[in-house]
Amino acid sequence: MTAEHSPQNTDHLLHVLFREQQRARFISDEAINNISKSLNLPRAQVEGVVEFYTFFHRKPRGRFDILFSNCTSCGDTKLLKSLCEKLNVKPGRIRSDGLVSVDQTSCIGMCDHGASLLLNNCLTITSLTTERIDQIVKLIKSDTVIQAWPRQWFYIGDNIHKKGLLLTEPFKSGSALKAIIKRSSIDVIDEIIASGLKGRGGAGFSTGLKWKLCREAVGDTHYVICNADEGEPGTFKDRVLLNSYADLVFEGMTISAYAIGAKQGFLYLRGEYRYLLDTLNATLQRRRETGLLGNNILGQDFDFDISIVVGAGAYVCGEESALIESLEEKRGIPRIRPPFPVTQGYLGQPTAVNNVETLAATAKIILHGDHWFKSHGTSQSKGSKLLSVSGNCARPGIYEYDFGVSLQEVLNDVGAENVQAVQIGGPAGRLLKPDHFSRSISFEDLSTGGSLMIFAKHRDMLAVIHNFSLFFAHESCGFCTPCRVGTRLLEKNMSKLCSGRSTAYDIDEIRHLSALVSQYSHCGLGTSAANPIMDGLKNFPNAFEKRLLNREMEPEFDLDSELSEARLMTNRDDPGAHL
Amino acid sequence: MSQSILIDGIEVPFKSNQTIMDAALAANIYIPHLCHNPCIKPHGSCKLCTVEVNGHTTSSCTTKAEDGQKVINNSEKLNKARLTITQMLFIEGNHLCPTCEKTGNCTLQAVAYHLGMLDGHFPQFYPKREVDASHPSIMLDRDRCILCELCVRASREFDKKDVFAIAGRGDNAHLIVNSPSGKLRDSDIEQNDLAAHICPVGAILIKERGYEIPIGCRTFDLRSVTEIDLGDVKLSEKSSHHE
Ligand SMILES: Cc1cc2nc3c(=O)[nH]c(=O)nc-3n(C[C@H](O)[C@H](O)[C@H](O)COP(=O)(O)O)c2cc1C
Ligand code: SF4
Ligand code: SF4
Ligand code: FES
Repeated sequence: MTAEHSPQNTDHLLHVLFREQQRARFISDEAINNISKSLNLPRAQVEGVVEFYTFFHRKPRGRFDILFSNCTSCGDTKLLKSLCEKLNVKPGRIRSDGLVSVDQTSCIGMCDHGASLLLNNCLTITSLTTERIDQIVKLIKSDTVIQAWPRQWFYIGDNIHKKGLLLTEPFKSGSALKAIIKRSSIDVIDEIIASGLKGRGGAGFSTGLKWKLCREAVGDTHYVICNADEGEPGTFKDRVLLNSYADLVFEGMTISAYAIGAKQGFLYLRGEYRYLLDTLNATLQRRRETGLLGNNILGQDFDFDISIVVGAGAYVCGEESALIESLEEKRGIPRIRPPFPVTQGYLGQPTAVNNVETLAATAKIILHGDHWFKSHGTSQSKGSKLLSVSGNCARPGIYEYDFGVSLQEVLNDVGAENVQAVQIGGPAGRLLKPDHFSRSISFEDLSTGGSLMIFAKHRDMLAVIHNFSLFFAHESCGFCTPCRVGTRLLEKNMSKLCSGRSTAYDIDEIRHLSALVSQYSHCGLGTSAANPIMDGLKNFPNAFEKRLLNREMEPEFDLDSELSEARLMTNRDDPGAHL
Repeated sequence: MSQSILIDGIEVPFKSNQTIMDAALAANIYIPHLCHNPCIKPHGSCKLCTVEVNGHTTSSCTTKAEDGQKVINNSEKLNKARLTITQMLFIEGNHLCPTCEKTGNCTLQAVAYHLGMLDGHFPQFYPKREVDASHPSIMLDRDRCILCELCVRASREFDKKDVFAIAGRGDNAHLIVNSPSGKLRDSDIEQNDLAAHICPVGAILIKERGYEIPIGCRTFDLRSVTEIDLGDVKLSEKSSHHE
């Protein structure tokens, strides 16, 4: 792929495959051959990409293709099961008449709306209840075209409950750009450095310093990338920013381009947020028409444009180098780092990758000055943080706090009672018990990309941890051995534990495996994949011990579950088909 | 100006741009490895070559040597982890060594012997994988593939073709063939390609070469992997043949 393309990137491999999936409901061998010819890509590259992403299929899906979230906050396996029963379809399979298929997918970022699903990879229905499931079943059974489904089902609100530095004041598009256009780029970078802004995507690297390194890196051209992959379960603040503050985000990208000397930017939008695409493109178009994007921005010698590339269901593509691979129409495999993207990123050129919230903050810093920003927060963590709060609480949604707020204060504000545990930073983050609730949210204490999931006393924490281990096994890119095999082994071990067949020996096994996976994996996905298990063992030892068999060793082999394939083939699940 | 690193206390010189693995190989120090081969650009996926550098674990095949680096290689802790990783590679595939033509010449097997592996330790995955016997002279048995991508890279970088690639994600990752039918027969691979010979296990084999060398007299029956891999005899022959 070259840097020359239409603003909508219609010929990007991911977009071509999306259209083919929509049209034919799967990607056939013939389609792969044709696409590889028309895009001039090796056939195996196209096939490799198709089989990498959750939203592309090599076998036909139903005319109604449902992906149910299996997140602990926006999923509900009971509803999924009842949907399947009522539609008479097996999870993961297509109904024999081709009408419908139902499967699971990782968190779709709707955790503030309860149980949710994706319909035909492009629409989202939230707030699912038994009644809503019944209505959906009716519409599907009567083969009602989606255009005729109730429009309000697809409406997704923001649920902003607390506004702070970023969200309080409405933003006037172009105002921050007007403030920088007469300043030198070095000056702009210095101000971002002085503000103390650190990346909001998780790693917490100084944004100004990243821009400086990128600016100084030698290349034919430079790129700006906004990371809107937001795949960490429990995170949905970027969704809200893109829904209601898109101008602020695009302005941040444009400032970044001005600072590092880029002409082209990309917004990498997770496939689960495709429903935002048209509005985002319209915002970009409006910015072009008002001289805020395109050639000679604000009448100056400054050209920059942004195009959007939509992912297709792969958490690992949030890792910046995997994201770049995905942008380059390849499988999302994390690169060897160093070199980092700031020196060798998209197409080998210096590239600044930043999170949505980080970029929004840069525009505000330019408007109000670095002093305004750094007078909020703590010594190591300046400014504010958007929290995506979900799980067992009265008011899930977006809360913006200055850094340094205690976890307990957040729990009080969101109406969380009888809290047993909090998972902060998503499954890749930390699992906390009440003793930790006095700690503060900041880079130096409890660091989070924004996810805060609350589990009340009645929740089965072992099941929660098993859910997280399934997530990592499902999302591992498969490149390195410790993560590819290790996450699956951990998931199997957790499954055995949950079913009450584990012994003290298995706990030892889990400990060893966890240590290996977190120490020897290639990228951040693998190195954090065992966090929930290790934290669980440390902070909730009773949950594990309670489920143990009082025996030295229990064989891995469970005869009844080994028969599951036979049951599936014979379509039986009656008591007689079990041991 | 000569630069050097310390590997397990031994001073090892290196030239700029060399990795820790390069420097070790040149100094006849064995760091276990499977996805690395000196004639191919390293990519660091098997993680067997993990060493400790100044307290951090890192893949030696992709980490640049830096003057004064203190590298731990042959420690009990690292070898234990390498053993576990090797067991992982065994149980995620279908390796029936006694029936495999590669036995005795297989680097996976040799590394397992070297690390003292006695069993697979973990429950077997028993994956369903396809055999591709379509090519007249080259056989692809995916059951034994360890996803090291040596064939992928050799074909791309050395043979200047693009015969192999990886598809899928996670434990679904699998080797595919870049041809209209996905079969080896319709690809442009040839028997003399490096990609047809570089496989460290018995996944890519030349046909009609069964039991030419009796079991017991094969490469790793005679010498340990620590000696063979240092010189990479077969491969340097192969490369000179190509140049
Ligand atoms: C497995 C994995 C997933 C990630 N997902 C995201 C993501 O969805 N959004 C994001 O901004 N950063 C994500 N990151 C972090 C990025 O690699 C990168 O650090 C970040 O985009 C840099 O932006 P920032 O400096 O503004 O935080 C992820 C990292 C890993 C290892
Ligand atoms: S740690 Fe996991 S996600 Fe990261 S490269 Fe390895 S297999 Fe891929
Ligand atoms: S076929 Fe052999 S060389 Fe190719 S990836 Fe598999 S194990 Fe490696
Ligand atoms: S040899 Fe270095 S990671 Fe495989």
